[in-house]
Amino acid sequence: MPNKTHITAQINGEEVEFLCEPRQSLLEVLRETLGLMGTKEGCNNGNCGSCNVILDGFLVNSCLVLAVETQGRSVITIEGIATPEGLHPLQQKFIEHAALQCGYCTPGFIVASKALLDRNPNPSEHEVREWLAGNLCRCTGYDRIVRAVMDAAQG
Amino acid sequence: MAGIIAFVVPDTGGDMQSIDYIALRRTEEVVSILSSQNGSAKILCGGTDLLVQLREGRRKAGLVIDIKNIPALTQITFDSQDGGLHIGAAASCHQICSDPNVSKQYPGLVDGIRLIGGVQIQNRASVGGNLCNASPAADSIPALIVLEASCNITGPNGSRAIPVEEFCIAPGKNALQAGEFLTSINVPAPKEKFGAHYLRFIPRNEMDIAVVGAGASVVLDESGKRFIAARIALGAVAPTPLLASDAGAFLSGKEVTRANIKEAARMAQSIARPITDLRGTAEHRKHLCAVLVERALDKAIERAGGHFA
Repeated sequence: MPNKTHITAQINGEEVEFLCEPRQSLLEVLRETLGLMGTKEGCNNGNCGSCNVILDGFLVNSCLVLAVETQGRSVITIEGIATPEGLHPLQQKFIEHAALQCGYCTPGFIVASKALLDRNPNPSEHEVREWLAGNLCRCTGYDRIVRAVMDAAQG
Repeated sequence: MAGIIAFVVPDTGGDMQSIDYIALRRTEEVVSILSSQNGSAKILCGGTDLLVQLREGRRKAGLVIDIKNIPALTQITFDSQDGGLHIGAAASCHQICSDPNVSKQYPGLVDGIRLIGGVQIQNRASVGGNLCNASPAADSIPALIVLEASCNITGPNGSRAIPVEEFCIAPGKNALQAGEFLTSINVPAPKEKFGAHYLRFIPRNEMDIAVVGAGASVVLDESGKRFIAARIALGAVAPTPLLASDAGAFLSGKEVTRANIKEAARMAQSIARPITDLRGTAEHRKHLCAVLVERALDKAIERAGGHFA
């Protein structure tokens, strides 16, 4: 049995403790140890953005972060975007604009868009497109996604 | 037996071999642990190259040493004496590009660094890592070469510095000796009438690897119409990023004219030894060298406040 490390991190605002092997990515631990299945595995090499999470305020690919690196740090996943009162405006606008088909890339896009709006509440269309360049969608196309993000920013 | 289907799960390389992980707080500890591991330890900063390579079996490590919690290695500082820029090897691309002083004084450096991946990669990847990964197509390297940047290296026998153009020795291989690691990068203060630029050709708008990259820097005389010095560097056209010394030296003392710029671009092109691969043919790459060097020089001259003679 490989040695496991004990990690305490803040995940979606709550202190969470878990055991992980040093080789395990944050993505793997989120999904398989913590049962947070909203974060998706796409390419597992940093190209597609499906596994996006916000680590200490910065957007990252969770497949390129080792879970052991999160000791004492804060992680926001797609599960931490909505509030008990309702959907986040981005989630609402993705629905209204039909900005998804298969939906596999959607959590990554929502998390990436949240990181953008947290930093820049009124982005231009160009800024939205440039920011989302690290997220791939293979079925919806990007227009509806960009429109949903622009609408959420204004709302 | 109807209904029984055997699924064969292909090996996607998704699982990494077991590793040990340690996050260190002091530079001296890095040296002693690296030296004690007989080459099986690898330095981890953003992990955007290393973790992928470990997962795909392209590199092996028994231990990864996380150095990005060492404050000295993530700092970006300006030397109070000579005004030069000192970039900790573990500083992220985002950290560098969002520093207003860096953007103002070294726009040619930011040109290269901001092209490395999207937001997610910029937030994690370090320039030190881009250097150590030693990709022939690394965008930061030609940009650093034309700025006359140097690599500060620490190891069991003390510290040494080498010019960036000597740091990469083959695809994926750098000049670090056993037990050594890259601690920082020094970029000299820009001279009067200095300008630099880096650009690359990719077939899409974002998120790609350079087919060819070109960097140029110039120092002009007071009139802005004559070169005092110039440096030109190329990426993705040889096993390592190249400094085109003869092309740069040719411009020294010459007037700023289209003909001189074109001749320097042609000279730079002549040292390129590109290959044909999925990103482009050798012939296309060769052509791009001259086009991109000319454009890099034009922008560098503009930034230096130059004019055609």
